[in-house]
Amino acid sequence: MAKALVVDDSRAVRMIIAKTLRDLGYEVREAANGREALEVIAVEKTAVKLVLADWNMPEIDGLELLKQLRRISTPDSLAVVMVTTETGMGRMAAALAAGANEYVMKPFTRDILVEKLQLAGIRP
Amino acid sequence: MTVGGWNVSSSSIAIQSENYRFLQEQVYSHTGIVLEDDKQYLFECRLAPIVSQLGLGSINDLCALLRESREAEVGCQVVEAMTTNETYFFRDPAHYDAIRSVLLPRLKQERRDTRKLRFWSAAASTGQEAYSLSMALLEEGLSDWNIQILATDISSRVLDRARGACFQQIEVNRGLPAALLVKYFNRSGLVWQLSEAVRRLVHFEKLDLRQSMAALGPFDLVFCRNVMIYFDAETKQKILKELHVTLSSGGWLMLGGSETAFDIEEWFERQTIGNAIVYVAR
Repeated sequence: MAKALVVDDSRAVRMIIAKTLRDLGYEVREAANGREALEVIAVEKTAVKLVLADWNMPEIDGLELLKQLRRISTPDSLAVVMVTTETGMGRMAAALAAGANEYVMKPFTRDILVEKLQLAGIRP
Repeated sequence: MTVGGWNVSSSSIAIQSENYRFLQEQVYSHTGIVLEDDKQYLFECRLAPIVSQLGLGSINDLCALLRESREAEVGCQVVEAMTTNETYFFRDPAHYDAIRSVLLPRLKQERRDTRKLRFWSAAASTGQEAYSLSMALLEEGLSDWNIQILATDISSRVLDRARGACFQQIEVNRGLPAALLVKYFNRSGLVWQLSEAVRRLVHFEKLDLRQSMAALGPFDLVFCRNVMIYFDAETKQKILKELHVTLSSGGWLMLGGSETAFDIEEWFERQTIGNAIVYVAR
């Protein structure tokens, strides 16, 4: 089963996203910030195929996490989707330039998340 | 219950049967759309804001007002509330995949001399379908072609919104790839507006699908999605025949993902392209 990693400092948001991903067929891991996410990736290595990352988090934020992940992966080998309250065009462009596969603005619905993953060709 | 002088309990009062029939007749006579006998909930949801706005007690009161005063403006509001449909960017992505992978390569070859393409979004609502097509065409490198996208709807209100090309965050968050959002939208506060490059390809006009359409064509593609389900069988057949007349030979008709068309073999060939169903004009 393909693994997905949900990175958000809000436990409630992690739970909502994780449930949606489980419904789609992913085995889900969770992390509360970028540092924890990198620790999970170090253990799981290439088993994780999808990362959904918040932007504003303590220790290592979502954009820095994305940049570090792109040093060891490509958008084809590891899909990274930003899920964030950062809705400025500049932020969105920066995330795409850093290698994000997609960008979901909070607040979002389950349907929005599922459709974004489908549109980006991301499936377990 | 009254809150701040506004009655907000309209949905708790059942619509009387004669009023239900009256509303069905109003919608049918103005649009040809058949709302069947099990749409009580839909009437309540859609008309509650109008009942509240007018300070009325219930949908029954709204019907009484319409009968007594023949308020044309309120009548229009009721019909539009009942017939305005949900739409979002790149709805049914398989349709756009089929357009990119099959229709456009063929048209680019066939029209390499005239470089002219015409499309029609026949139930355009607030414009997301027509604008999605416009973005898809620009992404295919057709910005220097003569492209016309006609977008029509029976509702003047939604067309006014569509022309403005301004959308809320919840609307641009759905179905629209972030790369296209960054490329084709300008943000001003909470509003996201499409760029002139996308807007200039699209022309909006008010149109009732029951009227003759022959003069509108020829089109290479007609979107008529998620609207035929509301018409009775006879009206649906008449519209499908009219749509056929507007299509160029080999042009495509696309219906909604959950819609099917029967007894149209004389006019269309049904083809499956990827996950999309396409009706190709004979």
